[in-house]
Amino acid sequence: MAIYPTETGHYGSFGGRFVPETLMPAILELEKAFKEAKEDPDFQEEMRYYLKQYVGRETPLYYAERLTATLGGPKIYLKREDLNHTGAHKINNTIGQALLTQRMGKKKVVAETGAGQHGVATATVSALLGLECIIFMGKEDVRRQALNVYRMELLGAQVVSVDQGNGTLKDAVNEAMRYWTANVEDTHYIFGTAAGPHPFPQIVRDFQRIIGDESRKQIIEAEGKLPEAIVACVGGGSNAIGMFYPFVDDRDVKMYGVEAGGMGLPTGKHAASLTEGKAGILHGSLSYLLQNEDGQVQEAHSISAGLDYPGVGPEHSYLKDAGRVTYDAVTDEEALEAVRLLSRTEGIIPALESAHAVAYCKKLAPVMDKEDVLVVCLSGRGDKDVNTIREAHETGGDSYD
Amino acid sequence: MTKAQLDNAFLTVSEAGEKAFVPYIMAGDGGLESLNERIRFLADSGATAIELGLPFSDPVADGPTIQAAGIRALEAGTTVQAVLDEVAKEKASRNVPLVIMTYLNPVFAYGVEAFASACAAAGISGLILPDLPLEEEGLVVEALQKHEIALIRLVALTSTPDRIRALAERAEGFLYAVTVAGTTGERATFVDQLGTHLQELKEISKAPVLAGFGVSTPEHVKELSQYCDGVVVGSKIVAALHQGDRQQVAELIRSIKQA
Ligand SMILES: Cc1ncc(COP(=O)(O)O)c(C=O)c1O
Repeated sequence: MAIYPTETGHYGSFGGRFVPETLMPAILELEKAFKEAKEDPDFQEEMRYYLKQYVGRETPLYYAERLTATLGGPKIYLKREDLNHTGAHKINNTIGQALLTQRMGKKKVVAETGAGQHGVATATVSALLGLECIIFMGKEDVRRQALNVYRMELLGAQVVSVDQGNGTLKDAVNEAMRYWTANVEDTHYIFGTAAGPHPFPQIVRDFQRIIGDESRKQIIEAEGKLPEAIVACVGGGSNAIGMFYPFVDDRDVKMYGVEAGGMGLPTGKHAASLTEGKAGILHGSLSYLLQNEDGQVQEAHSISAGLDYPGVGPEHSYLKDAGRVTYDAVTDEEALEAVRLLSRTEGIIPALESAHAVAYCKKLAPVMDKEDVLVVCLSGRGDKDVNTIREAHETGGDSYD
Repeated sequence: MTKAQLDNAFLTVSEAGEKAFVPYIMAGDGGLESLNERIRFLADSGATAIELGLPFSDPVADGPTIQAAGIRALEAGTTVQAVLDEVAKEKASRNVPLVIMTYLNPVFAYGVEAFASACAAAGISGLILPDLPLEEEGLVVEALQKHEIALIRLVALTSTPDRIRALAERAEGFLYAVTVAGTTGERATFVDQLGTHLQELKEISKAPVLAGFGVSTPEHVKELSQYCDGVVVGSKIVAALHQGDRQQVAELIRSIKQA
């Protein structure tokens, strides 16, 4: 498979950098800083140090024996990104981008957040490196994830509640981009997922590919072979691309990206951009997008705040069209069921986002052999979601909005 | 013909020793049925050309006033097709050039070629896409050229010298000099070096240089137009029209004559 992105940040017909001219110089500066950092052994060493000593890598690839037995299909391994400091994969990226911020001589960072995981991970590394931090969060998400708001504030970040639009992740990105435009001289935008204008999709992928790199090594150690299949949930696509990328050329490894099916695809209330959207431009890149006939972006719906996004990273659009990854969706209800399943069989409460990947195992189990190996990216832990999960279980499935 | 109409309008203004005033309105805000009447009002008040916003759900280059106008327009059911149809009705009698400002996605969803062709049919002279930098122009230039629609480029305060040169070299219709680092919306003051920046742009630009973003008082209009060929006023006009304060709009436009 060719190496993507191209010099201009394109993945086939997807990607690019559709941003106002005011931001272009910063985008180019970032691209240059990232290229140099990648070649710099000191930067690599710094990354290794923080990932090991601060984040707690490498994370285990855990054989989920009771889950495997319950589903009666392939051997299921969980890549435990939930065990990272701050409880999700997001910090792999924020630590990298915070170090880049320092390299560029900037002292302030701005970020958007949905579930609050990226916001917490950004606030955390900002505290660690002494950066000033401002986080934009949709007002609906501020409500859904109140505890994470407090966490960010405790870490010294300023959290701005965004009430434009429907007050979710998409609107938070808009406001973060506007803020960045007005403060671009001294502020770096720590984009939280593998979407946005080039070079963000590449930067985020390269910082998240450690998930796939470690998994590849670990599964060979454990099983003496590559897995037959890999599953990851897809919001903007960062944990998924991080998991998939090191396996892209392993043609025999099937890959599945699981989107949020919300109340069910036929209801239109979902966040399945790849499954149901069509190509369009949002937040700086051309990619699959939930939009109406007139090119107006539609609101996404998911019980999981981190998947509640109408767009998706351009590399996923490319991998979909290339036929390399299969994208599918599971509903809120299936995800909630998977939360319970994993909690009861393994004593692991997954994040609602990650539960989408777990739910998909139930669909794959019957069509795979018992000798097969299935690796699941458990992108985060469910502590932040316990309230949402409880409300949903008490009211029978879909209490949120 | 379409692009030329815009060029002629600027030529007439400069030959008279005057400066250009380009007001921005959001199509569909206040109802599509009032669009042509608003255009006539602005033309009669002395607008050199009119920037017509097509609403988009995620206007990252716009501040609160234009965001709100866009939401009102979308809630009133405004579509790209409906705006183009409405504008086409008075194509023959209209004596002021129109420029569309929107984001790339509505154009992309319509189909770039189809959009350029429909614009030409409706008598649109130019297109401004604030989320389309130089690097990505390839998506639209050919179609716009074919239909003689000017691609109006924006140059920012943060643009590096080489980017400024590239933008000025390609300028057509007018070169849109963004006067603030930030989004559209009213501002109290501008950076000190703005005058020099505008003068430098004017020296190298292939097309007239208009200052815009944040221009909101007669004083701004007078101050900025000294250094370039005129101004674009958005949020202030949108807000005044929304409040039904046409006198304020007329006064703002008139202030260019005293510049
Ligand atoms: C635990 C977890 N998993 C997944 C996601 C979705 O993001 P992405 O698709 O970028 O991995 C989020 C986003 O907040 C998250 O918190």
